[in-house]
Amino acid sequence: MSVPPPLEPRRASPWALWLPLILFAGFLALVIHGLTRPGSTEVESAMVGKPLPAFALEPAVFDRPGLATADFKVGKPRLLNIFASWCVPCAIEAPQLESLRREGVAIDGIAIRDRREDVAAFLARNGNPFARIGKDDVSAVQLALGSSGVPESFVIDGKGVIRYQHIGVIRAEDLPLIREKLEEAQ
Amino acid sequence: MLVIALAVLAGAALLAAWALRNQASYFYVPSEIVASPPEPGRAVRLGGMVEKGSLRTQADGVTLMFVVGDGKARVPVRFSGIAPSLFVEGSGVVAEGKMRADGTFVADNLLAKHDENYVPRELEDMDQHQARQVVSETR
Amino acid sequence: MIAELGLAALWLAASLAALQLLAGALAVAGKGGDMAGLVRPAAVVQGLLALMSFAALILLFARTDLSVLLVATNSHSAKPLVFKIAGAWGNHEGSMLLWVTVMGLAGGFVALIDRRLPERTMLATLAAQAFVSLGFYGFLLMSSNPFARLDPAAAEGAGLNPLLQDIGLAFHPPTLYLGYVGLSVAFSFAVGALITREVGPLFARAMRPWVLGAWIFLTLGITAGSYWAYYELGWGGWWFWDPVENASLMPWLAATALLHSVSVLASRDALRTWTVMLGVVAFSMSMIGTFLVRSGILTSVHAFAVDPERGAFILVLLAIYIGGALVLFGLNAASISEGKRFSVVSREGALVVNNVMLSAILGVVLFGTLYPLVTEAFDTRVSVGPPYFNPVSAVFFVPMALVLMAGPLLRWRQDNAGRLGRPLIIAALAMMAALLAFVLLGGGGTLALIGFVLAGGLAAASVMPLKGRNLRRTPLAVWGMVVAHFGVAVALAGMACESAFSVEKLVAVRIGESVVVGPWRVVLRGVEPVAGPNWTALEADMTASYQDSATVAVRPQARSFWSPPQQTSEAALVTHRFGQLYAVLGEAAEGGRWQLRLWWKPFVTLIWLGGLLIALGGLLALTSRVAFDMRRGFARRRIVMRREDTGR
Repeated sequence: MSVPPPLEPRRASPWALWLPLILFAGFLALVIHGLTRPGSTEVESAMVGKPLPAFALEPAVFDRPGLATADFKVGKPRLLNIFASWCVPCAIEAPQLESLRREGVAIDGIAIRDRREDVAAFLARNGNPFARIGKDDVSAVQLALGSSGVPESFVIDGKGVIRYQHIGVIRAEDLPLIREKLEEAQ
Repeated sequence: MLVIALAVLAGAALLAAWALRNQASYFYVPSEIVASPPEPGRAVRLGGMVEKGSLRTQADGVTLMFVVGDGKARVPVRFSGIAPSLFVEGSGVVAEGKMRADGTFVADNLLAKHDENYVPRELEDMDQHQARQVVSETR
Repeated sequence: MIAELGLAALWLAASLAALQLLAGALAVAGKGGDMAGLVRPAAVVQGLLALMSFAALILLFARTDLSVLLVATNSHSAKPLVFKIAGAWGNHEGSMLLWVTVMGLAGGFVALIDRRLPERTMLATLAAQAFVSLGFYGFLLMSSNPFARLDPAAAEGAGLNPLLQDIGLAFHPPTLYLGYVGLSVAFSFAVGALITREVGPLFARAMRPWVLGAWIFLTLGITAGSYWAYYELGWGGWWFWDPVENASLMPWLAATALLHSVSVLASRDALRTWTVMLGVVAFSMSMIGTFLVRSGILTSVHAFAVDPERGAFILVLLAIYIGGALVLFGLNAASISEGKRFSVVSREGALVVNNVMLSAILGVVLFGTLYPLVTEAFDTRVSVGPPYFNPVSAVFFVPMALVLMAGPLLRWRQDNAGRLGRPLIIAALAMMAALLAFVLLGGGGTLALIGFVLAGGLAAASVMPLKGRNLRRTPLAVWGMVVAHFGVAVALAGMACESAFSVEKLVAVRIGESVVVGPWRVVLRGVEPVAGPNWTALEADMTASYQDSATVAVRPQARSFWSPPQQTSEAALVTHRFGQLYAVLGEAAEGGRWQLRLWWKPFVTLIWLGGLLIALGGLLALTSRVAFDMRRGFARRRIVMRREDTGR
């Protein structure tokens, strides 16, 4: 067998040398697009500035009273949290709700399409930061509030007017925002 | 030699692009999978709510039958295996598997909740968008 | 007091890094004058100060000083000491501090030891190293100070999470970090060489130990991570092509390619531009992997602390370092002078095939990992899994494995393929034997078949470089290569066996009933509740016997944790000479039955044994290189000292 002629390790043409940078720029563009895409969770809701719709809900657990519109007209702002035991992300915001409760924030909950024993089990697992919990079996109040999913939270001022709507999980980094909105609602 | 190397790498890129078109598993919600089902045997993922009262265990004790819905359409799902411990009716699920010609979805894996802190990305979104459909259905 | 000392040391280390960068940059530009003399001492002292800072943090954790915020949130006085100490880097701030410490020490070590490189390239390298470190120092000091005080001090720490009290979890991340940091040194060498355009065997020899060291740690990290996923997830698989796993695989692929190209450069002065390029790419992959995992931009089955803000920070550093290095590459690479020539049939030629194939695999893995992001930009959701990764990477692995059988036997520069006739016939016979064994044992699956056959050929071919050598006098570096290549064959055989011969049983059984899975008979004797420090579990009491020999106890658990709430299944593993029995307990089924999932996985342990062999091969090679360098270094220093003595 004959020996093949030695190959010349050719000097790469300049454009090929820029190829890695171009690929890297593509990667950067992609991830920046991906990072910015989820967008802001601070959504202006049509309900902000309007009074709470009238409702009166049965208790969702035995050791907390139910929830009605009148419970919010007590002169101090309250946080209304819409959750469900079947909602995965709701468990994630439990520690944040708990720390708000410890700071003295009054928190009420509405459990959506849920069963009493499931709610009790959920609260036993994740902690119970709620003063009152209403049971909304057909999502009537949820829809009246203009809420599209769980979890969502509303800051309600002392006159029962919605001051802020938070869509999605309250993450640790959202806490300053929530505190600020509660402060504004004073 | 550089030319050969570049050719191999370009070939790799083409092969990858072609294989991804064919092998990536697309995500469907029930109304989409009913409207335009993927060809039978193709690996896809189905996400939706496990309908209450639909969960049945077969006689062998390890095969589950349930219905996944999104408020517009309902898809029967069969799964053999150990379901994630937090898999329950009325909660969201992402099933990995294949659609059969008879309209049943055969799941190899359920990505309900590996743990409570892990949420499949699709589910996280679904709580925002699809829940409205689920809600309107229950009204 | 200790916290303040640690913080002060960190500030000092950061300012020394700034000095190192400034002096180095000026010296390289030819304007430094006496500044050049400052660079090496600055690098050494910077490393020591970073070490001091890290030692302070460890001391704080060991003492559980609850007046420090980081300790209060991540530790607890009741933890065992080893987990208290591991807690120091088991969090974001601490792990960043560990990163800069290792980086600083590595830079100091380079500055202290290496006298081979031309001084200008050395200064450029140290300046680049300082530049990379500086970004991390800045981030630590500006936004994640590990030494922040908590006033008033906490009464007790919040970090008594037994889930994290796992010896594997305590040492897995630092292992990968050591690998990443080793690649950062290789990156600095590459940038230094790009600035001065002096690329040659000296450069390669200076860089090689760092690449080898990094590669050993990455290999160990991936092996351990794979075993962890295998027993912890309870799904019976050992690799899921999950983003987190890919994030650790990609730097390894790049480092493997770099390892081989750097040895071509060191021995034969060829592949100059390519090696420099790989030096940049390998560290880029570490940063990209860290970014993908930390930013949460891709979701993963491995629960991971995700923080978009910190992800964004890593992205900015990534853009500066990698983008900068690639611009430098585009500008200067064309003027790096040409390396030596070689023919296609030669050791170099084989190593080029290895490099091209590894790069192709790296490319397809990276592309597949990012593909969901691409389609998401067009509003389509996909996930990419084994149906893509397995065959596509196999397309490039197969030619690489075939060339790997011949490559180590070839001579440098130019060889005659005919010379390899006999060894290649032996390898081919080994492959035929493997094929026959596979068919006779009733294995199935195309990829498993290919893997099994290649493993047979590789196992035979990998030991052939020892043929005709006096085994005692064979250099350690050759032993290292042989052991590592044999390790590849072992791991490959394990993967093929696991895929082809695994037997799975999914059943619901009553107490007292038995299940046959492969050669095993498993009896369910009962299910009882058990409790741990913060979990309760249902535990199955089972016995298993291999072909009616003595029984062993098998106790899988379904565990529920309550803080944080989490349900896990603890698989029970029985390791046997010929493989592993893997048992998972499911839920109660109607009629008093229990769901059980059992696997018999023949020779599955070979996968991780192979990984360990590969790492051992790297260690042997590293030992040989370092011993050689040290002998040389001592000799040279003696000469230098003698010269200095006479000079004065």
